[in-house]
Amino acid sequence: MPEIKTEELIVNMGPQHPSTHGVLRLEVKLNGEVVDDVIPHLGYLHRCFEKHAEQMTYPQVIPYVDRIDYVAAMNNEFGYVLACEKLMGIQVPERVEYIRVIMAELQRIASHLVAIGTYGNDIGAFTPFLYYFRDREKILELFEITCGARLLYNYMWIGGLSHDIPHNFIEKTKQFTKYMRPMIKEVNDLLCYNKIFVERTANIGILPADVAINAGASGPTLRGSGVNFDLRKDDPYSIYDRFNFKVCVGDGEMGTVGDCWDRNMVRCNEMVEALNIIDQAVEQIPDGDIASAIPKRIKPPVGEIYFRTETPKGELGYYIISDGSQNPFRVKVRPPTFCNLSLVPAISRGYMLADLVAILGSVDIVLGEVDR
Amino acid sequence: MLEFLQHLFGEHNILVYIIMTLPPLVFMIVFALAAVLLERKVSAHMQDRLGPMRVGYHGLIQTVADILKLLQKEIITPATADKKLYILAPFVVFIGSFGAYACIPFSSQYIGSAISLGLFFIIAISSLAPVGLMMAGWGSDNKYSLYGAIRSVAQIVSYEIPTVLVILTIVVLIGSINLQDIVKAQSGWFWNWYIFGGPGGWGKVITIPFIGIAFLIYIIASLAETNRTPFDIPEAESELVAGYHTEYSGMMFAFFFLSEYANMFAVSAIAAALFFGGWQSPFGDAIPFLNNPWMQVFWFVFKGLVFIFLQMWLRWTLPRLRVDQLMYVCWKVLTPFAFIDLLIVGLYAVLR
Repeated sequence: MPEIKTEELIVNMGPQHPSTHGVLRLEVKLNGEVVDDVIPHLGYLHRCFEKHAEQMTYPQVIPYVDRIDYVAAMNNEFGYVLACEKLMGIQVPERVEYIRVIMAELQRIASHLVAIGTYGNDIGAFTPFLYYFRDREKILELFEITCGARLLYNYMWIGGLSHDIPHNFIEKTKQFTKYMRPMIKEVNDLLCYNKIFVERTANIGILPADVAINAGASGPTLRGSGVNFDLRKDDPYSIYDRFNFKVCVGDGEMGTVGDCWDRNMVRCNEMVEALNIIDQAVEQIPDGDIASAIPKRIKPPVGEIYFRTETPKGELGYYIISDGSQNPFRVKVRPPTFCNLSLVPAISRGYMLADLVAILGSVDIVLGEVDR
Repeated sequence: MLEFLQHLFGEHNILVYIIMTLPPLVFMIVFALAAVLLERKVSAHMQDRLGPMRVGYHGLIQTVADILKLLQKEIITPATADKKLYILAPFVVFIGSFGAYACIPFSSQYIGSAISLGLFFIIAISSLAPVGLMMAGWGSDNKYSLYGAIRSVAQIVSYEIPTVLVILTIVVLIGSINLQDIVKAQSGWFWNWYIFGGPGGWGKVITIPFIGIAFLIYIIASLAETNRTPFDIPEAESELVAGYHTEYSGMMFAFFFLSEYANMFAVSAIAAALFFGGWQSPFGDAIPFLNNPWMQVFWFVFKGLVFIFLQMWLRWTLPRLRVDQLMYVCWKVLTPFAFIDLLIVGLYAVLR
């Protein structure tokens, strides 16, 4: 009997596909159901952020920064304003530092809620996604009463903030953290410890620590592989050295260290740690003026700086060159998800098509950040 | 009903047969409309939402509006599609699921066709659906459709085996594969239903755990047969967009949808007939009013809807399995258990 001729099937996933988290195009070479190779094609959401930034004054860049990772806008602003302040040598008031940390950690929870929710959606469970969005809504309400915006805030300014927090913000934040803790457990029981979910994610897409480090991965993707690296601890910025929190790493509870389940669980645990930081910050927050350090003219001296912060997705770095004028000479962004996405082909070969979706969801990409 | 119509129109009048086919068809369409709305409402309330609220009171006629929209939509045929297969496929699938209704007993007075091979016919005609799905997948000339179709056919053909073994478990106890006979055998109070061991003395208690297992296997396998979560991999949205009906639009798409919901009720109806006494009232003839032919229709549909709700509940709770895990569940878990179950219950049936 002659041998049956077979060939690989090339499937284009995206740019319009339900589980590519935006406009990513994956060229997948399939051998039956098994993935032989994946080639990501980027650039469908490229908006020339870096070139735009050169035409703007320093404060005008902030709204653009919001749009890099649009589900974690506060964290993007945080890194940018800290970089500019360090370049200009501005010391901001204590109250501003605390408010920024509270906002950044609230945003971290909101971002992780989206990440885990959409991950559940990728695996086929739609209901936890909406439970997570219900809780995210409470965070967006807090942002809304503070600065009026719900997604793109332009809240952190160089040297200060656009508005002080309203009088009921501290009380509402305390209520939120009290509400949120049991909710995290509830949805963990529904999704993360679900037998089918564990079967689908444990031992899938195993990312060894050395591969992750070599590729420049960061954030939950790196920590899921068991590497204890968190810029809030290892290169503390702002006032993170004052808070007591633990860095969550993957421990291979359900399978091997560095599998999809670990990466997802790191996010769940990080939400609890973020709640701890918020609890400590709202207790310690001092009174003061939030606008006292905002400079009248923003003209940094000639120089350059690389400043990195820990966003929900990983290490977000800004490399800013100043030529002494009102506009930055160059703003380079080092996006965490771009590096994390580059790992997807390496860890998805040999798994099934359904696993590719699980792996892609577990590295939590936001195409706004990948393409900028 | 057949005797009445034959008396009215004459024994071999074509009108008799046309009228006999109407009740299941009308029921199927009304049920699909109601079930789509039920699905949306059930999912909405499980997800802290309200669901459709605008069209009619609490969105009651939302699905009617949807159908009106689908009727007006253009039926798009891809340029590279295999036109004959592409256009024929939804109807083949529909025939498969509608044909099964011929032998489902809605009441003691109504069954579409009282052939003695009822269950056998249902299983056989249901196997027409994979042919239609394969035609849709191949004819669409779309890689996602093809993957969906291949997965779907592999899944339905595999899961037929535990389903049939489980059905046989009940059949050996009764000795008939006519669903009307099976339901009639469970007359009386609800403890005569086969989920409680069926009619008979205290000896039936031995069989209860085995029938319980058989029932569980049937529920799981029927979820896979109807492509419902956690076994909805043929149309896994996050992987294959919409599976075999990716390219379909308008009423062609509606036909796939209709036959999916019709299938859901068909498997639920078989579960109700085999394990929960079909159209029998739970109180038997103790309250005669509750067991008249019209109330029997109510009991039957009610029991079916309970299983429909169960399917929806599972769908909106559980994630989806992977294709190899699905086959593992079928061949290495369900089939051996169903087979052992059949042997034990068969032994009991011989020795009692």
